[in-house]
Amino acid sequence: MTDVFTTLQWSDLIFLLEGAWKTIQISVVSILLGTLLGMVFGWLMSLNNKLITFAVMAVLDVFRSVPLLIQLILFDSFVAIAGFPLPAFWSGTIVLIIYTASLVAVVVHSGIDAVPPGLRAAARCLGMSYWQEMRHVTTPVGLRTAFPSWLGVALATIKDSALVSAIGYVELLRASQILNTRTQESVKIMLLVGLIYFIISYPLSRLGARYEQRQKS
Amino acid sequence: MIVLENLHKSFGPLEVLKGINLTVDKGEVVSLIGASGSGKSTLLYCINALETIDGGKVTVDGVDVHAKGTDINKLRQKLGTVFQQWNSFPHLTALENVALAPRVVSKFSRKDAQEIAAKQLTHVGLGDKLNHYPSQLSGGQQQRLAIARALAMEPTYMLFDEATSALDPELVGEVLDIMRMLASEGMTMIVVTHEMSFARDVSDRVAFFKKGVLAEIGAPEDVMNNPQDPDLQRFLSTIG
Amino acid sequence: MDYQFHWRPVIQALPDLLKASLVTLQVSLIAMALGLMIGLVLYFFRASQLRVLRGFGSTWVEIARNTPSLFQIFVFYWGLGEFGIFLSSYTAVVAALTFNCAGYMAETYRGGFNAVNPGQDKAARTLGMTRFQSMRYVVLPQVLRAIYGPMTNQFTWVILASSLGMLAGLRELSGETQYFNSRTFRTFEFFAATAVIYYLIAKMALLLMALLGRPLFKAERAKS
Ligand SMILES: Nc1ncnc2c1ncn2[C@@H]1O[C@H](COP(=O)(O)OP(=O)(O)O)[C@@H](O)[C@H]1O
Ligand SMILES: [Mg+2]
Repeated sequence: MTDVFTTLQWSDLIFLLEGAWKTIQISVVSILLGTLLGMVFGWLMSLNNKLITFAVMAVLDVFRSVPLLIQLILFDSFVAIAGFPLPAFWSGTIVLIIYTASLVAVVVHSGIDAVPPGLRAAARCLGMSYWQEMRHVTTPVGLRTAFPSWLGVALATIKDSALVSAIGYVELLRASQILNTRTQESVKIMLLVGLIYFIISYPLSRLGARYEQRQKS
Repeated sequence: MIVLENLHKSFGPLEVLKGINLTVDKGEVVSLIGASGSGKSTLLYCINALETIDGGKVTVDGVDVHAKGTDINKLRQKLGTVFQQWNSFPHLTALENVALAPRVVSKFSRKDAQEIAAKQLTHVGLGDKLNHYPSQLSGGQQQRLAIARALAMEPTYMLFDEATSALDPELVGEVLDIMRMLASEGMTMIVVTHEMSFARDVSDRVAFFKKGVLAEIGAPEDVMNNPQDPDLQRFLSTIG
Repeated sequence: MDYQFHWRPVIQALPDLLKASLVTLQVSLIAMALGLMIGLVLYFFRASQLRVLRGFGSTWVEIARNTPSLFQIFVFYWGLGEFGIFLSSYTAVVAALTFNCAGYMAETYRGGFNAVNPGQDKAARTLGMTRFQSMRYVVLPQVLRAIYGPMTNQFTWVILASSLGMLAGLRELSGETQYFNSRTFRTFEFFAATAVIYYLIAKMALLLMALLGRPLFKAERAKS
């Protein structure tokens, strides 16, 4: 009788790297679209309209107050019962996009808030329109305070993409679990997977730390 | 010509401007003095439409500032504004600070806008600081930068809101000198100030504000040497 | 959409779900409390003169912050088997969340200590306080105020993250929900109810932290 468990092979490494590639795909799409959507929400909150600010805040707060895992399962089951089931990649990524957007909105809102009102008034006094001022003053000035926090959100999205495995999508973490059960070489696999996540995340977190240090000096 | 007719402005229940009438002719320098909270800044902001108004009318060269169809952005190019806080754009060099509005508002090419900027910066004595960032400039230099930035739009009028109040005492002089220079060049100016010597020496007329009312206005020698209003007498004696 | 919603099974399971919420709270509180303490130690390690301690502290913090928390849970739950260590779901989840919280709190403490003006410690020492007294009575109270906001966020985060316990077989709120789901196949209804419960728990945690924090911010309130 042959052993059902096999040892790690080169093909397993390829399998893991494929998973890593999918993790990167989910992350990039979620960060890009989530940032765009979050910018719209953050901008809406920064308008001088208390009702809009409150409404947007309250809705986005729900996404930040319910576990992402629950949101993934809920959305996945919802599209199924609503009769338009999506591939796991998309039902997972859509949830991640909205979740990321709810975090980016806060970052964008506080970034805009951090721009001194006098600066914006001065720009308008030179004859700039609302959008010219937004584009040439508020965006570049707000970006300097918002950028490190945005990096933090992007980092969180990369790590949270691991949860998409819970609805059956084989990204990096899920790939490692599949190998785990087959080969029983969990330590090697876990080390490898941890290393891959680390390699993806660490440059971003260093960048954030460096940037904050530079801001201070 | 800037004309204020029976201008009213309230913030909620607080009536800040209670029917102001004032005409400022081309080439004139008018100083506004008065206690803090009397409505001087609000008056300036009603002229450049940073604030809305509740009654009366403001016209600049015959254009009703607060009428619905008025192009505020176009109008503001005529009205250079300098605030107490200099509000330099922190992400841009001195040259870029001044060149930004000519480029994006007046649609000059980048090169032409920078030429204009260099000229104006030199005019206010910052010709050697073109590539400095605001963080590398003193408060007085940043305030001169703000003046150059306004001048680059070739305004017909300049509004100053306590342009020297936030400066360290030793830096006040250099900014006042630039304002004197502008006045001597014939710029039309409305200047909110606590610098009594500037009001006396430079203005054609001085207006005293009291709780939202223009209590006294006239030539500086009349208003400042021979004040009629008892509050103005007290104000002048305290501010020295 | 011809799906029929059935809420009755959810209502019947509600008492069990609420009981499981207590497990969620317990896991979160333990992980948070341990994380707060270990995080402080890690902060001091990273600020220490000794390279070994600095290296240890930094390694912990960087791993905690740069790998997914679900991965960390899996490591504690399955990854230690080769060393003959088999943790229960409960222990593994608490350990993983503690590991994560400690890493994040170490960073938060760093920000908090940096926010306190060095002049404060100098002033205390010139009054004759010992290093420990200055730390205890002057510096730490100010650090605590500086980190209170981030700490509150961390607490909310750990409550929500404890839901990952479900994927390591823990019967906390999510795990319990999954258990009922597997018996009734009312996925949407069960997880919708659970989402509401999490939302309420998160809001209660915020309220609790705000109340606990009140004495800390007496000076700020007196100003206004
Ligand atoms: N945006 C605002 N909202 C409410 N009250 C305001 C606002 N701006 C100014 N005020 C009030 O209007 C009054 C006049 O202010 P201001 O024009 O700034 O006076 P000054 O410039 O003479 O010191 C003050 O009592 C001030 O508190
Ligand atoms: Mg004022």
